[in-house]
Amino acid sequence: MSAYLTLSRLTKIYPTPKGPAVIVRDFDLNVDKGEFVCLIGHSGCGKTTVLSMLAGLTEVTSGVMVLAGKEINGPGPDRGMVFQSPCLLPWLTAFGNVMLGVDQVYYTASRAERHDLAEYYLSLVGLADAMHRKPTELSQGMRQRVGIARAFALAPKMLLLDEPFGMLDSLTRFELQKVLLDLWGRDQKTAFMVTHDVDEALYLSDRIVMMTNGPEAEVGEILNVHFERPRDRKEIMEHPDYYRLREHLITFLEERAYKKSDISPKTPPAAPSDDRIVNLAARSEDDANKLSPGHSECVAKRAPRTLRRV
Amino acid sequence: MTKNRYNIDWVVLPLLGGLAMIGIWALWSSLPGTNLPSPLKTWEASKLYILEPFAKRGELDQGILRFTWYSLVLVAKGYLLAIVIGTPLGLLLGISAMFTKSFDPIIQILRPVSPLAWLPLGLVLFQKSEPAALFTIAVCSMWPTVLNTAVGVRSVPQDYLNVARVLKLSQTKTLFKVLIPATMPYMFTGFRLSLGIAWLVIVAAEMLTGVPGVGGFLWQEYNSLIYEHIILCILTIGFVGFILDRLMSLVESRFKTI
Repeated sequence: MSAYLTLSRLTKIYPTPKGPAVIVRDFDLNVDKGEFVCLIGHSGCGKTTVLSMLAGLTEVTSGVMVLAGKEINGPGPDRGMVFQSPCLLPWLTAFGNVMLGVDQVYYTASRAERHDLAEYYLSLVGLADAMHRKPTELSQGMRQRVGIARAFALAPKMLLLDEPFGMLDSLTRFELQKVLLDLWGRDQKTAFMVTHDVDEALYLSDRIVMMTNGPEAEVGEILNVHFERPRDRKEIMEHPDYYRLREHLITFLEERAYKKSDISPKTPPAAPSDDRIVNLAARSEDDANKLSPGHSECVAKRAPRTLRRV
Repeated sequence: MTKNRYNIDWVVLPLLGGLAMIGIWALWSSLPGTNLPSPLKTWEASKLYILEPFAKRGELDQGILRFTWYSLVLVAKGYLLAIVIGTPLGLLLGISAMFTKSFDPIIQILRPVSPLAWLPLGLVLFQKSEPAALFTIAVCSMWPTVLNTAVGVRSVPQDYLNVARVLKLSQTKTLFKVLIPATMPYMFTGFRLSLGIAWLVIVAAEMLTGVPGVGGFLWQEYNSLIYEHIILCILTIGFVGFILDRLMSLVESRFKTI
């Protein structure tokens, strides 16, 4: 069975006066249907570029993206996007902002139906009482709730989240992560989220893709997160594996992400070998197994999926 | 304490300034050999026009607000024309780089041309004084609307456009649901500046065409050597311009969407 979303040799090169700048090179990733994948890396490493290509907002230099059997070619509402700054239109109310998308996707539905749909999603994110306020009258957290409602209301094939909680204080961030997870848990929409928050990635995702530092950023390593769902933040943090996974991520971000550029800062574009990805995936699998001896049942449960992917 | 401060800043000081100006005016008019009427003489000669502002004693002898009304109607027409032409032009300039490259040089050349230069062309084109005046007002007052709208479109945040792209809004929908609302504040700044210019142009247009109005009255009274009325007209034009600007600022602030 092939993956729901396939990114194959995704490359982004910007021409600059000093010659082409390679931001991302040969980014490969497969995501299964219903999977929540986080892309983590240092700021400026090109993770947002990957997401932006996936959203169709940035042109792809080379490589292919396939979502549900169809090649991605430009932006479209089949991918629900949650922006970092919520990107609400300030002259519309929260309701109006959600309706803008709903009108676009459900143009065949009656006005009342579309109305109900927008109201439904706004109340799901906890804005039932504030939906007729303008974004300026809402707090940062409430604005991002609108952003989440807007993305979900499109009934997209998948969700794209670009550091959606990056601008929030940590308490609000916790709240919104829960809102997102609750909403996601309803129909397990395939989700691809960019973040630089290790705890956020561990709390939300099934797999964490670690990205090496740019230029020429690529997939460094993939970590399986096997905590059972539905997840409770407290339970996860008390889980014996939590800190080992966390440390693994941090070690990668602090040391290994730089490795490539340290050894050979001017690596010629290495011929992309498919075994590299397999190896990396296999290694992360090993890591996961090694890290969680006491929870082999969790690993076992995830394993077939991983194997299928590899 | 703050209340007193407020009174000094907004009542006493402006009053002192006004009095100083009237003082200079009075001094100047008392100089030997000048034709400048004194403030008192100006008041006496203008009293009738101010106290019976809507009277119509004859074609050339009407209350000052009646004249002002004629001027306002003319300005309104020309200004409306300017907005109706200028806004789409500005939108086009903002959206299309090709359009900008093609027409921006021409706009930059036509923009600084004085109303006094446009009016004869208007007379040649339309042969009648009122359309010529309208043409002049529209052509001269259009530019701030055009340029502000163009700047507004260009400075629409990429975020908003990304929303439109992600939702795959059609071009018309993007224009009406995203671009125009986002440009609104810039547009209204343009509208306000345009109105100021339209009012500025009216006097010149009326003087040269003889259309009845406050500017026409000014010119006619100059020709009849009644200099007091020139000052009356100047003050009236100034007051009206000020009020128009205040009104437009109010409208403008209502459309501050961002």
